[in-house]
Amino acid sequence: MGEVTIQHYLSLSAILFFIGVYGVLFRRNLIIMFMSIELMLNAVNLSFVTFARYSATMDGHVIAFFVMALAAAEAGIGLAILVMVFRNRTTVQADDLTLMRD
Amino acid sequence: MAIAFYILAFLSILGGVLMVTRKNPLSSAFSLILSLVAVAGLFAMLLAEFIFILQILVYAGAIMVLVIFTIMLLNLKREEIRETPVGKFQVVFLIIVCAACAFGFIEIFSDIPAADVATAEDFGSIEQVGRLMLGDYLFPFEVISVLLLVAIVGVVLLAKRVI
Amino acid sequence: MDYLIIILKALFIWIVPLIFLLVLIWVERKGSSFIQDRTGPNRAAIAGVRLAGLVHLIADVVKLLWKEMMIPAGVNRLFFMIAPFIGFTFVLLSFAVIPWADTLVVAGREIPMQLATLNVGVLFILAITSLEVYGAVLAGWASNNKFALLGGLRSTAQMISYEIPLGLAIVGIFMTFETVQLNEIVRGQGELLWGFLPKWGVVVQPLGFILFLTAAFAEANRNPFDLPEGESEIVAGFHTEYSGMRFALFYMTEYVAIVLMAAIIATLYFGGWQVPWMTTEKLVAHASIVRSVLFATFGVGAAVFAWWMWVFTKRVRGRFGDMREKEGIVLGVPCAIAAVVLLYLLFRYYGAQPSEAGAGVVALVSQTVMFLVKMAFFCWFFIWVRWSLPRFRYDQLMRLGWKTMIPLSFVNIFVTGLVILLISR
Repeated sequence: MGEVTIQHYLSLSAILFFIGVYGVLFRRNLIIMFMSIELMLNAVNLSFVTFARYSATMDGHVIAFFVMALAAAEAGIGLAILVMVFRNRTTVQADDLTLMRD
Repeated sequence: MAIAFYILAFLSILGGVLMVTRKNPLSSAFSLILSLVAVAGLFAMLLAEFIFILQILVYAGAIMVLVIFTIMLLNLKREEIRETPVGKFQVVFLIIVCAACAFGFIEIFSDIPAADVATAEDFGSIEQVGRLMLGDYLFPFEVISVLLLVAIVGVVLLAKRVI
Repeated sequence: MDYLIIILKALFIWIVPLIFLLVLIWVERKGSSFIQDRTGPNRAAIAGVRLAGLVHLIADVVKLLWKEMMIPAGVNRLFFMIAPFIGFTFVLLSFAVIPWADTLVVAGREIPMQLATLNVGVLFILAITSLEVYGAVLAGWASNNKFALLGGLRSTAQMISYEIPLGLAIVGIFMTFETVQLNEIVRGQGELLWGFLPKWGVVVQPLGFILFLTAAFAEANRNPFDLPEGESEIVAGFHTEYSGMRFALFYMTEYVAIVLMAAIIATLYFGGWQVPWMTTEKLVAHASIVRSVLFATFGVGAAVFAWWMWVFTKRVRGRFGDMREKEGIVLGVPCAIAAVVLLYLLFRYYGAQPSEAGAGVVALVSQTVMFLVKMAFFCWFFIWVRWSLPRFRYDQLMRLGWKTMIPLSFVNIFVTGLVILLISR
């Protein structure tokens, strides 16, 4: 199997990121889109921690910590907006929110 | 330890793929939890102990509970299959191309040492993270706390029922 | 050899909570009847021998094994079946970082007496506690039942609300002992304040102890916070639709959560495996005296229990006319034999100096016994409180958690920091 090098971790991070991108682009459910954004943030965290490990500094850990705090704040506000949208429109499909279109 | 990496990587990718393909929102949420816990395991393999525990505490334990709460309170059911704007096969091909490019770029342009770099003994410990946060990164630390306060106030304000 | 040690430690952590669990079920029923001035269950018998209700445990297990495990219509089968396992797995996993004795130094190698010596120690328990929520919420939602869903959501909200005071109360302990690792915290509690008072967590952090105790009750879904499974309120909460072995898993999860919280309280606030006023070095130095004390305590205890059984047998002779008269003999004879063996060992080895490895083992056993005694006391305390206090209403619960305990825990952190700063001047 060989040794696990930095390229392995970075490739994994890229793959997870692109899975998240697929989720945001091609799923119309707002909650799934939100969770895909969380997956993308996770992939970026993995990338930061990998670089921290392979350059023996810990700045990557601190940045990952801040990203997590940010993700928590974003989760709260995103879900509050989602709840409000559901209250007014009774749908969480992004395709149904066409009030400002044409 | 390579086998551990491959198992964790497989679990995280499986969780991600399941999340974006399930029609039931709750199945997606639990697949994402699987992926998050697998990524936490990868953090532990990268000697980042504090980030490993924080990932489970904050992401898998708090944020996802919030998401699952919302799904249950709004009683979201399996969604009907809708037409996607772009054909699926083009999209899959595009994503494979992007991932391959990512892999290739990393292989070509990496002048980062590929093998394990010797690290300090307390690498990744809480004490070191604390020292950095209250030393070099003091200003972002304070700003994050203000941001969380703003987020809390915003959420309470947004989600209040108008009486 | 390393793998053998790991397997032995894993077996210890697996078996001891399960034994506590079995005893706890019996103690709950008999203890509650003692508090409520009644007799409690005493009918189940094996060949006429009743053993004061201990046979009820076996009867319960047999009943739960053979009951039909019904799956209601319209449920999502995968989630319905997974939910009991999630809670039980995580609650048993948390025992991996709890030390039950000091590091054993034998033949030149150090064997730490916890399964996983993580650097992040107590945070591991907090992280696993935050994952236990999924058991309740999944069970409530997957049951396709309004009451179960309500119970599941309430339980989830309660558990995540009380995780915050749980974590904040421990921050005071981190500040006082300057470490997060559990074994170091317990070792730090061996010092003496002002020459005579052991530096236990409850002495240096009284407010933190009260906050943590309350939050531990809420995390274990236990009275006075057991609205999610309140029997008179919403049928049975999130485990309404579960029967047979699946319900047994929820039942066991609750009791193992009690044992876990008792172990954590004993470790963080009451000195864990510390024998008061005796550090590990003193125990190893006076190993022969300690060993004699251990033999004497257990021997005399077994002898007293055997004598009590003999008095009981004499008292009930001829009253019942069936096997109940022989109960005293069934319990008393093994205890008498144990007492004789222990007292013989006491007198045989009196004054003989144990070897270095033997001294280490003697210290280990005495510290483990101390830890188990403290854990048992707190388990009893959980049961005692359950049958003494009424239940909180849901909004009172939430108000207590968010508006009272979180500000108090911040005050605790602030005062602790102030005191540490003043002392270090």
